[in-house]
Amino acid sequence: MHTPPAIEVEDLSFSYGGPPVLEGVSLAVPAGEFLGVVGPNAGGKSTLIKLILGLLTPDSGRIRLLGQSPREGRRRAGYVPQYPPFARDFPITVEQTVLMGRLGQGPMLGGWRRADREAARRAMDRTQIADLNKRRLHTLSGGQLQRVLLARALACDPEVLLLDEPTANIDMRLETDIFDLLKVLNRRMTILVVSHDVGFVSRYVERVACVNRTLMCHSTASIDGAVIQRLYGTAVHMVEHRHG
Amino acid sequence: MGGFFGALHQYAFLQNALIAGLLASLACGVVGSYVVVKRIGFLAGGIAHSVLGGVGAALFLGWSPMLGALAAALAAALLIGWVSLQWREHEDTLISAVWAVGMAAGIIFLSRTPGYNVDLMSYLFGDILMVRRHDLWVMLGGDLLLVVLVTLLYRQFLAVAFDEELARLRGTPVTLLYLLLLSLVAVTVVLLIRVVGLILVIALLTLPAAIAGQYVHTLGRMMGLSVVIGMLLTTTGLALSYGPDLPAGATIILVSGTAYLLSTALSSTALRALGRWRNRAQSAARKE
Repeated sequence: MHTPPAIEVEDLSFSYGGPPVLEGVSLAVPAGEFLGVVGPNAGGKSTLIKLILGLLTPDSGRIRLLGQSPREGRRRAGYVPQYPPFARDFPITVEQTVLMGRLGQGPMLGGWRRADREAARRAMDRTQIADLNKRRLHTLSGGQLQRVLLARALACDPEVLLLDEPTANIDMRLETDIFDLLKVLNRRMTILVVSHDVGFVSRYVERVACVNRTLMCHSTASIDGAVIQRLYGTAVHMVEHRHG
Repeated sequence: MGGFFGALHQYAFLQNALIAGLLASLACGVVGSYVVVKRIGFLAGGIAHSVLGGVGAALFLGWSPMLGALAAALAAALLIGWVSLQWREHEDTLISAVWAVGMAAGIIFLSRTPGYNVDLMSYLFGDILMVRRHDLWVMLGGDLLLVVLVTLLYRQFLAVAFDEELARLRGTPVTLLYLLLLSLVAVTVVLLIRVVGLILVIALLTLPAAIAGQYVHTLGRMMGLSVVIGMLLTTTGLALSYGPDLPAGATIILVSGTAYLLSTALSSTALRALGRWRNRAQSAARKE
């Protein structure tokens, strides 16, 4: 039986009311792929993710997430935003934050069920933050908070995981840890990572989508200086990253 | 103050006032916690002041002023809530407009209504000593409705207060829940107006929760502690105002404000001292 693509974007265009941020973008992400989305700042990468999740409505074009409209499909997806959209000093523990990823799973009224707590515990184990479960958010470091957000996205056992610059505020060593973890998670879910670091991401992903208002896709082996120049608009000193 | 407790045994109006304070504290502890963490104190103030418009219109038309108050509060809450969800940038200005227009409309209505003076004062400054048995039952009903809703929808309200974006992604009806939350604020505001009057409502709504938030750090515990603190503050304020015959509502607010300032000063010094003590204990344990 043919599995529909995890994400399908057809001729997508969007603007925030001014010049177009995305124009004529088409993309198909097969189920199980690990896709990197790269490009310069303000090129539309974060906007693309928000459109896929239905947080923004496109001006034209069509989006299917797990074969459904973004609003329906996003319940089976997990999202790790670039910046936490909440107040850091909000009175909430790590465990309560992760449990929020379970909203919409069971009945609407009442408290968390045992299945919810177990799923949250599993997600925290996978991201290695189980020992932080009673900590308040404002006592965490940037890297720890990032793991909490990842655990929250994993709590509902998503079929697709979308991450927006998961390592932007973290040092190199932890960056490797997160990507190694994503590689493991990729065995059971489709993953789409937005990142500014082309070279680093291309070590982990099978395919790279280059977004700068429009979209160009490349297998990672074919990314060279010419592609980078076209994408970023300037000649860039490129550090060679080895494959394998 | 001994005179107060003696009088409490004797006079029903004092007993009613005490119970009104306790019942009001339940509502303001629970709802006030949301107001403090979501930083919508100004919004709550706008709702409170718009109430005068409803009261004035009701008295002018010969209806029950409390119903007018409730209608105005709910209308203000829904209007401000709706606009703030669509166009966040305009929220502040809209609140100011509702605040001022509500007050002005109320004053105009009341100026055309014969014999308004006493009622105006009681809505501006509260009339906790005029609370009757019937009013207490209404307050109890309001409290029960509040507690039931907050308990059943605890997770959803927490999500809407904490991270609206995530709530949307998980399929939670954010708009509906946010408007419901603001409606609960409106109902609580109307309950509190009897105790301290609409001018001081924001204080009673936020100070107990703000004090609680300095000591406990999850929303549930904050609600519980702020209910207890609110009960202590209203009772103390009421008791202190009895002897010298001071306005009860204003005394409650004076007590609450002083408690907040003291608590802020103490908790920062106390927390630092606690931190130093803990560090010393930990390094001593490590040396062993």
